Amino acid sequence: MEDTFDSAEYLNMELMRFTTAGSVDDGKSTLIGRLLYDSKSIYEDQYEAIRKTSEQKGEEYVNLALLTDGLRAEREQGITIDVAYRYFSTPRRKFIIADTPGHIQYTRNMVTGASSANLALILVDARHGVAEQTRRHAIIASLLQIPHVVICVNKMDLVNFDKKVFEDIENDFRKFASKLDVKDVRFIPISALMGDNVVDRSTKTPWYEGPTLLYLLETVHIASDSNHIDCRFPVQYVIRPQSSEYHDYRGYAGRIAGGVFKKGDKVMALPSGFTTRIKSIDTYDGSLNEAFAPMSVTITLEDEIDISRGDMIVRENNLPTSGQDLEVMVCWLTDKPLQLGGKYAIKHTTRNARCVIKEVKYKLNINTLHRNEEDSSIGLNDIARISIRTTTPLFYDSYRRNRNTGSLIIIDEATNVTVGAAMII
Amino acid sequence: MDYNLNHLKELEAESIYVIREVAAEFQNPAILFSGGKDSILLTHLARKAFFPAKIPFPLVHIDTGHNFEETITFRDELVEEIGARLIVGSVQDAINAGRSTEEKGINASRNGLQTLTLLETIEANKIDAAMGGARRDEEKARAKERFFSHRDEFGQWDPKNQRPELWNIFNARKGFGEHFRVFPISNWTELDVWQYIHMEGIKLPNLYFSHKRSVFLRDDVWYAETEFMERKDSEVLVDKIVRFRTIGDATCTGATLSEAGTLEEIIQEVASSRVTERGGRSDDKRSETAMEDRKKAGYF
Ligand SMILES: Nc1nc2c(ncn2[C@@H]2O[C@H](COP(=O)(O)OP(=O)(O)OP(=O)(O)O)[C@@H](O)[C@H]2O)c(=O)[nH]1
Ligand SMILES: [Mg+2]
Repeated sequence: MEDTFDSAEYLNMELMRFTTAGSVDDGKSTLIGRLLYDSKSIYEDQYEAIRKTSEQKGEEYVNLALLTDGLRAEREQGITIDVAYRYFSTPRRKFIIADTPGHIQYTRNMVTGASSANLALILVDARHGVAEQTRRHAIIASLLQIPHVVICVNKMDLVNFDKKVFEDIENDFRKFASKLDVKDVRFIPISALMGDNVVDRSTKTPWYEGPTLLYLLETVHIASDSNHIDCRFPVQYVIRPQSSEYHDYRGYAGRIAGGVFKKGDKVMALPSGFTTRIKSIDTYDGSLNEAFAPMSVTITLEDEIDISRGDMIVRENNLPTSGQDLEVMVCWLTDKPLQLGGKYAIKHTTRNARCVIKEVKYKLNINTLHRNEEDSSIGLNDIARISIRTTTPLFYDSYRRNRNTGSLIIIDEATNVTVGAAMII
Repeated sequence: MDYNLNHLKELEAESIYVIREVAAEFQNPAILFSGGKDSILLTHLARKAFFPAKIPFPLVHIDTGHNFEETITFRDELVEEIGARLIVGSVQDAINAGRSTEEKGINASRNGLQTLTLLETIEANKIDAAMGGARRDEEKARAKERFFSHRDEFGQWDPKNQRPELWNIFNARKGFGEHFRVFPISNWTELDVWQYIHMEGIKLPNLYFSHKRSVFLRDDVWYAETEFMERKDSEVLVDKIVRFRTIGDATCTGATLSEAGTLEEIIQEVASSRVTERGGRSDDKRSETAMEDRKKAGYF
């Protein structure tokens, strides 16, 4: 560790969120453990604890997966059940890692971890190649519009670091991915167990000329994930101080979901359609001349118009789509199948509403990507295109254009559980 | 102008968003205020979230009765300054009323009893969302927690069956008698917290800064001399220059030997530390999954 820590540098770091994905036992948790260990982000007491546990279990190596597999059941079964979040930073970046489960039963937790990621590490066991679950996770990553995907061909130590094995998997995956919507795909041969090409370059893969995984994570261009073009401000909460100093204050608090708002801007409130100007953009630290996604601010307006939670403030010349009939891609996350004609609660930005499932357009075949229009039975882990009708109009953009205004969740009204992740087309 | 937030500003924006979402979605939320730096940070962020209005919900302190005096003084001054309402759930009251039974012996701690009083306080005040300053980087079971963490009617957490939590859309629906625990600073690390406290000039109790204190050594951890802890004959008191890295109940929070007397020095110390901040917490040392077990039962 360096002697002095540079605070100025620390305050200048970018935030990158990445997720692991891939089939069960392909080595995701081991890889995250290796990344943390080799980048010296593990504390001595943490290492000591997992060393002891590994020893007690009679394992040959210190099991680095125990750094993320923190639940009792996970440690007993040696698998990941739910997402673990881990953090580390290098001088350039702060990383938020979501280590997700590969087991098909816990796909909903993989979707949870992946939904906010800038980058996905998809692991493939070099001995087994691309599996159904690898494909499922790749499809989910593409649906979620994760901008960067890195295919880590793992356990290269078990195939003698054979170049051909790596290349075959690369070709196999590329063939499949050409039908997917992923722009930036890269491939790295690694051994999570031994550390090859994770933080340090391997001497056993002279044929590989690309970067190590850590180098890639530090340098891949994460053009700000936020949309800074379309102004979208979903009103979260109305601030009315009960004090004499701020007697007439009425501020609309929220997190900017897209675009840049400036003081004096002419804006429109939806659904009312009234227009006015931005009087001030307030924060605890003072008023701002402009604010952009993903900042949390409070906006006051020149005119008194009726605005409440769930409404949206936008620019008049750049309106979101507004309507009650939506087409979405949905990942179904629960055992109980989707009910055609059934009613569900939904939440979109800050708006709670209900919907009815009007139609299943098609179900996606995970292996062939074939769109099966005949099959409308949507069960656990299925991915489908459906159309819904909502009780009140939503103000939305396509998910491709804006992740914040293009996503919604579907909730079972009887159990209150989130059952569907939906991306608006 | 490039529209980029640095990582601390992005974390701040995320936390404020979560806090506002709680205020909007629940009838009767509260902040669980322990007097430690994380709940002080959380309270600071809540002030920011509702400015220029006051924080629209109370602070709840679960008082084990085994506090450092500084914690209580600090709590009362803060509540006064921000004009918030304070609810105190007292472990001592629960013991006096016979609802809780004190642990016995040299390692006795009221840590476990806190859970019961916490759940009673939540129920008595009909709190439907209790916000805490827990962070995922603190402990391996916490690393698994959602922002909006659902609790059943017994206050229990079911880690094997958590609801999906997609993007930043939080599902706040629940059945009768159930509640949520919400963790707005989930994604902050210890170093982030210190950097931000420094950047914002947030006031902290003096316990966090190095000072001379009478302490004794037990299981490699330095504990402060207090009236609440029995000592064995072999555990002799010595004066040391120490500070606390976390502040909880005085009987389970260890002190760190440290000369760090300013925030700059603390940041340097935290950045170069090789052990976790909870390394000095005896409540976590009781077993490998001590935190998970306590959380399942309804602990913070
Ligand atoms: N030989 C070898 N074994 C590995 C490597 N990476 C992981 N393993 C082993 O593969 C097994 C599974 O590893 P995990 O890291 O738990 O796999 P995972 O992908 O996280 O599994 P789930 O989270 O349950 O989907 C463990 O026994 C690891 O030690 C590797 O590079 N080489
Ligand atoms: Mg795993």
